[in-house]
Amino acid sequence: MSKVHVSTIINDDTVEFLCESEQTLLDVLRDDLRLTGSKEGCASGDCGACSVIMDGRLVCACLLLAAEAEGSTIETIEGMANGSDLHPLQQQFLDHAALQCGVCTPGFLIAAKALLDRNPDPTETEVRYWLAGNLCRCTGYDKIVRAVLDTAAETRN
Amino acid sequence: MAIVTKRVSDEREAEEQNFNWVGTRAVRPDGVDKVTGRAKFGADLHLPNMLVGKMLRSPHAHARILSIDISSAEKLPGVKAIVTREDFSDLASEFVPAGEMMVNYRDITRNVMAREKVLYEGHALAAVAAVNAIVAREALALIQVDYEVLPHVLDVVEAMKPEAVLIQEDLLTDGADPPADKPSNIAKRVEFGHGDIETGFAKADVIVEREFNTRPVHQGYIEPHACVASVSEDGQAELWCSTQGHYVVRGHCARILGMDVAKLRVTASEIGGGFGGKTVVYLEPVALALSRKACQPVKMVMTREEVFKASGPASGANMRVKIGATRDGRITAGEAILHYQAGAFQGSPVPPGAQCAFAPYDLEHVRAVGFDVLVNRPKVAAYRAPGAPISEYAVESVVDEVAKKLNIDPIEFRLKNASREGTKASHGPKFGPIGLVETLEAAQAHDHYQSPLQPGQGRGVASGYWFNIGGQSSVTLNTSEDGTVALVVGTPDIGGSRASLGMMVAEELGVELDKVRPMIGDTSSLGYNFLTGGSRTTFATGKVAVDAARDLVSQLRERAAKIWDVPVGDILWHNGEALQKNGRGGPTETLSFRDLAESMGKTGGPLVGQASENVQGAAPSFGTHVVDVDVDRETGRVEILRYTVVQDAGKAIHPSYVEGQYQGGAVQGIGWALNEEYIYDSEGRLENAGFLDYRMPVCSDVPMIDTVIVEVPNPAHPYGVKGVGETPIVPPLAAISNAVANALGIRFSELPMSPPRVLAAIAAASSSK
Amino acid sequence: MAKVTLTGNLRLYTAGVTELEIKASNIRELLRNLGKQYPDLAAQLTDDLAVAIDGKIYQDDWFAAIGPDSEVHLMPRIGGG
Repeated sequence: MSKVHVSTIINDDTVEFLCESEQTLLDVLRDDLRLTGSKEGCASGDCGACSVIMDGRLVCACLLLAAEAEGSTIETIEGMANGSDLHPLQQQFLDHAALQCGVCTPGFLIAAKALLDRNPDPTETEVRYWLAGNLCRCTGYDKIVRAVLDTAAETRN
Repeated sequence: MAIVTKRVSDEREAEEQNFNWVGTRAVRPDGVDKVTGRAKFGADLHLPNMLVGKMLRSPHAHARILSIDISSAEKLPGVKAIVTREDFSDLASEFVPAGEMMVNYRDITRNVMAREKVLYEGHALAAVAAVNAIVAREALALIQVDYEVLPHVLDVVEAMKPEAVLIQEDLLTDGADPPADKPSNIAKRVEFGHGDIETGFAKADVIVEREFNTRPVHQGYIEPHACVASVSEDGQAELWCSTQGHYVVRGHCARILGMDVAKLRVTASEIGGGFGGKTVVYLEPVALALSRKACQPVKMVMTREEVFKASGPASGANMRVKIGATRDGRITAGEAILHYQAGAFQGSPVPPGAQCAFAPYDLEHVRAVGFDVLVNRPKVAAYRAPGAPISEYAVESVVDEVAKKLNIDPIEFRLKNASREGTKASHGPKFGPIGLVETLEAAQAHDHYQSPLQPGQGRGVASGYWFNIGGQSSVTLNTSEDGTVALVVGTPDIGGSRASLGMMVAEELGVELDKVRPMIGDTSSLGYNFLTGGSRTTFATGKVAVDAARDLVSQLRERAAKIWDVPVGDILWHNGEALQKNGRGGPTETLSFRDLAESMGKTGGPLVGQASENVQGAAPSFGTHVVDVDVDRETGRVEILRYTVVQDAGKAIHPSYVEGQYQGGAVQGIGWALNEEYIYDSEGRLENAGFLDYRMPVCSDVPMIDTVIVEVPNPAHPYGVKGVGETPIVPPLAAISNAVANALGIRFSELPMSPPRVLAAIAAASSSK
Repeated sequence: MAKVTLTGNLRLYTAGVTELEIKASNIRELLRNLGKQYPDLAAQLTDDLAVAIDGKIYQDDWFAAIGPDSEVHLMPRIGGG
């Protein structure tokens, strides 16, 4: 069977790739484009470690077929910092020690960015429910939630 | 919420004024890589010409393997190698220390690749390396296995019965008295304690005895097991893997594959969580065997389903605990009988479970008996304070019930009976400087404990204990020509140890933290290192790193003495500079680290600080947790309203990461208490091998987790460190159960207290009224 | 003479004796002398062992010093997650 040709914009770059019809977007990002910052924790959309933003929407890259990405604009963790300037969320995660092993961190950062893009002033409860699709087993979520709330406060000021 | 740090030792507080780095909340050195996606975890390595390996796993809980036919699979284009039991030599029974407990090579080789029988659903029995994952999966489907399906046993009590099906036909109970003469599924019996419990119970005014049951739970690391193996034609090999101990992996793989240890170089990737579950090998020897056959690199990554079905959960258990006390609140005797599931091979953490069960209490008469029992489930692996959360859950539940019967406040009751420095522990030796009483007092004084509850809510308290360990570490400090330093350690960084180790070294050298770059060396770059586990890294590797820094400082002083032509005894090292004593020298006559590094070639050659030691004197950490819950009487859901962890850290090198251990352990404990369990069908197949159905706590399930760091220093560490990583998972199970009992008036003796169980208990209680 | 206590299952190899006095200046000597006195016990004094000397726990440390009045406990090796 022949491969599918897909054109996308990933982190502001035009990216074209060929994929098998059964490959997920996550497979292509990680194995073919070598953007390994998005992680596979479950391949079933339950852990959020593969979170990316596609056309402004937070999605699990493991639940999308790569072919479905045709014509879309995708943001991954690799595009979050602006040159050497970290995104405010990235800096707050560092300052709050909001990561231990760090494997869930890219997914949390992308999910948190998607939240703050649409709601710059979330309550703690809103942060907790928005991030309920991202699993972290190390931190108990406390410092992650604080980092997101403090980023929102800092950005508003 | 304020994070309160209680400093118990006044002298240390005075001393601390002089610390530049220790005790601060510096940004971790590996942080930027982890927030940008740059950090490379197990599955993130791609090598040229790399194959993909996939494992064939048993669909049966227990079956004899009659034959394995790989002939069709071998012919599939793109298949480069297939391995089965034929490719692994049998190994004799030999126990070696490996993290949680001793492991037996006869068992480990059978767990990696089944030989005579498959012993649980998910047991590996063949592996394929192919040009891509699609071909590898097709090949697995072409492998023909003939099984003779056997009866299976999952329940620990059933497995102990004389008529139970035997999982290993020749297993005689170790430690049985009189010695066992017939095989059974009971691998081991252990007993600890002192005094005479019958005498103790005879003195009691109140006795409570309860039976408890808990289910296996998984460590739940977000990163599945992953590795890349590359064996060359001459037998030299490279292995990249996600592990808590790459030296331990090297030793196991070399033994299983019959290789010279030094021919195998193992590099630890960044590790995406382990909690004890990444102290053993699963994929690594298989990937090496495939690569050896194919002479190409092979990458293997577990799916989440494989992680649940084939990597180590923690034991489920059946237990009976009996405690007696006098009317004025003094415990007279305690007894625990513990039956722990080992999985398909012996080696549950029931010995430490039995040793820890009564550790928080100063008892004259105490006995804990443990049984290690085989069942047709995956072999258990270490999980944070292995064995302790289970037995201490049962004991702390009964302690709470006794206190309630006596109408004594649960913290007051614990203080009356608490272990202190000099107490003869229930497992034998006397305790050194421990901080249990300090955690109880801090919990009692905490605003949380003093705050009122709403009607229907319940508050629970429990304490917990874990030993902690030291062990072998080797550290090198390589000085660069500009006076900056590479700190190379061999213990994988699972939760921020590069930060704590770098901070201690910067403190010793008197340099800025960013002049020290900590990294994890591969197995050829340092002497032997035991794994990251037992809460040992900041303690043991930390002590060795401090010693390496002191070695480097003494060399720097020697170089300065040579340059100034004075005795080395006249040279001081202060704030990163050499000075001369007695007013000589002065501001113009200092030699900075940079000066000495720049001239090192002329003054004697490379400046390398080194230390290697088998570190002893690990001090235990005690903790006390307070939790408030509300129970939805219609859905059975237990809501955690407020949670406070109080724990002794000895000394918090980086308080944020100490708090992180407390918070993370507490939330894992919340999952264990309320939702997590392995659910099997009647065929012994796991029904909830995914994150949706195996319900770990998510962000919206929990509140902020308040922390209090108590510091009672450990004299065996230069900064007083005690390991902190494991104890936090011990108290939550009982603390939450005690809180639920107070909220509902119903005492649970089974975990998890999931909505269906809570609803059933509410219904049973109302029908019995 | 160090005061030695055997914990766990070790009493099964000493005909029930759990408390004894042994002359030994370090752990290696202690294990040798114990093994001589109780030949059945010798096979148990292997890697799966921790030795507490006056409350401080040692693992795999042959030359840790034992004082003349030390209290010594032999117990199973401790691991961890």
